[in-house]
Amino acid sequence: MTTIEVTSLHGTDAEIIEVPRERRVLGLPASFWPKILAPLAIGLVVLAVWEAVVRLNHIPVYILPGPILIAQTLVRDWDTLSTSLWVTLEITFMALTVAVALGVFISVLFSQSKWVELSFFPYAVILQVTPIVAIAPLIIIYVSDIRIALLICAWIVAFFPILSNTTLGLNSADHNLINLFQLYGASRGQVLRHLRLPAAMPYFLGGLRISGGLSLIGAIVAEFVAGTGGRASGLAYRILESGYQLQIPRMFAALLLISLTGIVIFLVLSLISHLCLRKWHESAIRREN
Amino acid sequence: MNALRARAEETAPPAPDETPRDKPVVALRQVSKRFSNGTLAVKDCSLAVERQSFVSLLGPSGCGKSTVLRMIAGLGEPSAGVIDWPSATYDAAGQPMRDLGFVFQEPTLMPWATALKNVMLPLKLAHVAKSEAVARAREALASVGLAGFENAYPRELSGGMKMRVSIARAIVTRPSILLMDEPFAALDEITRFKLNNDLLELWQRQRFTVIFVTHSVFESVYLSERIVVMAARPGRVASDMTIEAPYPRDEAFRTSTLYADLCRRTSHALGEAIAA
Repeated sequence: MTTIEVTSLHGTDAEIIEVPRERRVLGLPASFWPKILAPLAIGLVVLAVWEAVVRLNHIPVYILPGPILIAQTLVRDWDTLSTSLWVTLEITFMALTVAVALGVFISVLFSQSKWVELSFFPYAVILQVTPIVAIAPLIIIYVSDIRIALLICAWIVAFFPILSNTTLGLNSADHNLINLFQLYGASRGQVLRHLRLPAAMPYFLGGLRISGGLSLIGAIVAEFVAGTGGRASGLAYRILESGYQLQIPRMFAALLLISLTGIVIFLVLSLISHLCLRKWHESAIRREN
Repeated sequence: MNALRARAEETAPPAPDETPRDKPVVALRQVSKRFSNGTLAVKDCSLAVERQSFVSLLGPSGCGKSTVLRMIAGLGEPSAGVIDWPSATYDAAGQPMRDLGFVFQEPTLMPWATALKNVMLPLKLAHVAKSEAVARAREALASVGLAGFENAYPRELSGGMKMRVSIARAIVTRPSILLMDEPFAALDEITRFKLNNDLLELWQRQRFTVIFVTHSVFESVYLSERIVVMAARPGRVASDMTIEAPYPRDEAFRTSTLYADLCRRTSHALGEAIAA
């Protein structure tokens, strides 16, 4: 327990704040371990049942491979799969980067002028509601460089959550704080930098977490539509290819990699979000009661 | 204009201290405010506030007292009338350089910034050098009894402490006039009494002008030299009374018959304003 005390100007009584410290196990808060161990145990049980069902019923490999075989395939085909993983990751991250840069830039423009927002926001919505599967073939036809075509598809999916969340955040600054800035004659730039951008941070980070997963989905969907072969093709193509060749274990291995990638992206972005907000935002602070 | 004012000062009785107290720091002349929805919030309000005085605007909700305060702060122009700053300098755009601090009803702190960073904000916006801004913000925090809390975030502070940070931020620019919009209304009574005392002490030490908006008769009598009672629909000045009680005022004053008597008279004036 840490106790901080303040004496008032009159020094008569004091306001006291208590900051509780939690017990730690292996360097992590004690309450953290069940969060890891409980889902892990469930996962292991499911895998064990799966393996048992496959073995006891002699299910053929081309219908349902067991988890052990999938793991073996993952190791055996690691060269091909990891190359494809990098291709997909590259498109995912480029799409996310462009989505963040453009999303933040355009939402700042929106926040500076209501007219710009009114004029352009509906088109951002159209971009969002049009299914990517439906427009991906067109993009792939019009854009000759397939990588850029894939990038555009993934970007379209990832862009909107960043734009809409950041726009909302920039417009959510406390009105009295805006009054205060006006009172002190703050310039537009100062209001943006010291007030609107920090106020938009939690919203932006929320959008980022959604967009991280979506950019991976966008990249995979676009690869499926493009269906390009060769060595420099992504995980989606590996799945298509394995399907044609009835290489079901490899299909599962590629699927596993996609899921793991999605989980890692989510965890990394959650960590970034937590680190940015842990000092002040309610979402990153444990309730004290 | 200047000559006229100078002559007026000559004929005025000598002020008790060096700076003439009779010269208003701000004067409202026939000020009206109509909102865009057509509501007449303030009608023909005239009010001169003397330098270094402590004036309360007292009235029921909807009497336009906050609107008057906001117009003085430059947040919203009057629909009619003039707000004059007799001794202010004017900037290139012809706007008076309002040398003021404002305290809102809520602490209105930036949750992502520490107490020190919050207090530094007005200085940062005015491009004051960082080392000087830090020193002045520390000093302001200390003057409201929050030395040692520089690195606390608003969420780690109690309601009263947040309000102290808000006051520190308002006085860090050493304004000549402090505008307070029901600053203690959301606080519990014990905290409010303490902040009342601390505010009075600060005011006596630093001698800025205070315009204090409140709906509490007891608070306005305890704090003010002068109470301007306002009536609602439309918002207007109903009566203007001087509180003849010496400073420093403390808990003994709060329990004195003089205080009770002043509260009764003020309450009566407020009652008339509400009935009118």
